[in-house]
Amino acid sequence: MSILVNKDSKVLVQGITGSEGQFHAKQMLAYGTNILAGVTPGKGGQNTLNDRIPVFDSVEEAVGETGVDTSIIFVPPPFAAEAVIEASFSGISVVVCITEGVPIHDMIKVKQIVNQNGTRLVGPNCPGIITVDECKLGIMPGFICKKGNIGVISKSGTLTYEAIDQCVNVGLGQTTAIGIGGDPIIGTTMQDCLELFEADPETEGVVIIGEIGGQMEIVAARWANENMSKPITGFIAGQTAPPGRRMGHAGAIVSGSDDTAEAKIRILKECGINVAESVADIGTVLKTSME
Amino acid sequence: MKIHEYQGKEIFRKHGITTPPGIPVFSVEEALNAYRTLDTKTVVVKAQIHAGGRGKGGGVKLAHSREEVEILANEMLGMTLVTHQTGPAGKEVQRLLIESGADISQEFYAAITLDRSREMDVFMVSIEGGVEIEKVASETPEKIVKVWIDPLLGIKNYQARKLAFGLSLTDEAFKEAVSIFLNMYVCYQATDATLIEINPLILTQDGHILALDSKFNFDRNALFRQKEIAEMRDISEEDPTEIEAGNYQLNYIKLDGDVGCMVNGAGLAMATMDIIKIAGGEPANFLDVGGTASAKTVKNGFRIILSDKNVRAVLINIFGGIVRCDRVANGVVQAVKELELAVPIVVRLEGTNSKEAQQILSESGVSIIPAIGMQDAAEKVVKAALG
Repeated sequence: MSILVNKDSKVLVQGITGSEGQFHAKQMLAYGTNILAGVTPGKGGQNTLNDRIPVFDSVEEAVGETGVDTSIIFVPPPFAAEAVIEASFSGISVVVCITEGVPIHDMIKVKQIVNQNGTRLVGPNCPGIITVDECKLGIMPGFICKKGNIGVISKSGTLTYEAIDQCVNVGLGQTTAIGIGGDPIIGTTMQDCLELFEADPETEGVVIIGEIGGQMEIVAARWANENMSKPITGFIAGQTAPPGRRMGHAGAIVSGSDDTAEAKIRILKECGINVAESVADIGTVLKTSME
Repeated sequence: MKIHEYQGKEIFRKHGITTPPGIPVFSVEEALNAYRTLDTKTVVVKAQIHAGGRGKGGGVKLAHSREEVEILANEMLGMTLVTHQTGPAGKEVQRLLIESGADISQEFYAAITLDRSREMDVFMVSIEGGVEIEKVASETPEKIVKVWIDPLLGIKNYQARKLAFGLSLTDEAFKEAVSIFLNMYVCYQATDATLIEINPLILTQDGHILALDSKFNFDRNALFRQKEIAEMRDISEEDPTEIEAGNYQLNYIKLDGDVGCMVNGAGLAMATMDIIKIAGGEPANFLDVGGTASAKTVKNGFRIILSDKNVRAVLINIFGGIVRCDRVANGVVQAVKELELAVPIVVRLEGTNSKEAQQILSESGVSIIPAIGMQDAAEKVVKAALG
């Protein structure tokens, strides 16, 4: 077991003929991801990646011809929102949007639509999902992961890799790791992921990596305090971030007193989460939590 | 991205949001011409900088004659305005807005912004205008009326009416307010704004509604489709080093410490700053070099970090996933050689080909302090900065 994706996921790559799409589709195939189709409007009928993968003009066509149910999006920011909407209305159930720089006004609408259609969107501006040794639906380096029973949820890319690396170094592998993205509006929230990990029999503990900005970590922690039986280890980045400055991620900005790292760390602790104060301690704190 | 008040008001007028007549000026002469053109006895001379709190800082003053306009324009142009939002260094005033005075009967607050928790835009008005809205929100939240706007439907008339009723408006003023609120939302959508704030929105003594101020924030990610807005950018309002970093596709924010850092990924960059602090140092910057971390980005990164003369040591922290560490190591060595760097450099490379990378660094002949893990890296760089 795992969450969201596994070896049976039938994967579509939207934007497969672009340079990002090509590069990462190749990496995902090498990891063992079950990619069945690609979409690039206007390039339908071709085959790509050494003739292995058929390209379609639309998601609807790809679904009809190959039965894909999961999609990963590598299209440029002006077209990314529509790519998600197309996937959602074409019956794709899990969509990962890697694209960085999707306008907020587009995402507000997209969020409403995926909610209405019951589509599970991850991202945008995220590294994607990996279910270890089964399916890599993202751009993370697969080799850093090891099969195990920890779920990982993170707003950030390389910080997720750091956390995974530390887990492995203390002897704890992962079920699924998800980068949910650091934009102000994202598809799947931290709480959504906690709910999925709580329900997954294989996952025995969870690591959450948050940062300044927004209330997502707090909402998730409060939910977990009431509903979660599995131990959670947390880390919040941005203790030294000055207020009012956007720290890289569009959503990483301190705008009030309750979205600072200090406030989040305090509330996470109140909710029974074991918080690593330093990024170097994520692995050791996790190990203690799991003992 | 932010713009000046006078630019915001130009956008307002285009969208049917009424403002007092006003003219932006860059010199005393232009200020006097503007006074003549406006043809009203009383005008407001308003310093145009990208920060709030201008009134308290002496950047908003009334003038009742040509002479007073001349005196004020002379005084304000070139002055350094310090407000609670500019920081102690303040900002130089280069532009003024000369605006017809308005007879204020009541001051309100009106704003649209993103509510991240509800994942919708929220429209807020308050009868407590002209003051800090944060104070109203914490002390008398019942004085703020809010409506949330369904993104697929847009604002509806009943919502705009609810806002206008919330301000206890009647008759013509009520109708004007409803129309302004509907137009504000159209404007918010059309410009990809993430904030429109009017504080104060006023009821004049003769019963009309006017926007006396304008504040916009725009979504940087949407500038590709907002050419007119992008052209309103005033780079003299921004930090020159941050602009240069932007030209190199680097994400840099200057801070007050002396330990520079160069990291791939925003989250890891923040975590690196934090661990420098925990190790007893003060981070000099936030710098995310993005996913590639090539020789060129590393070199540009060094240039940006070291343009800050406070920097006494630099930590490079790269978690190589798709980007291979041996390539990053080569880039670091090349950059250190070419730039003849004098400050100590601590390098921590983890991920793909990290062993090869260690070898490249140790055999390079340049003086680089290798580190293993983030704790080790932070301790070494803080020690190096202390000299």
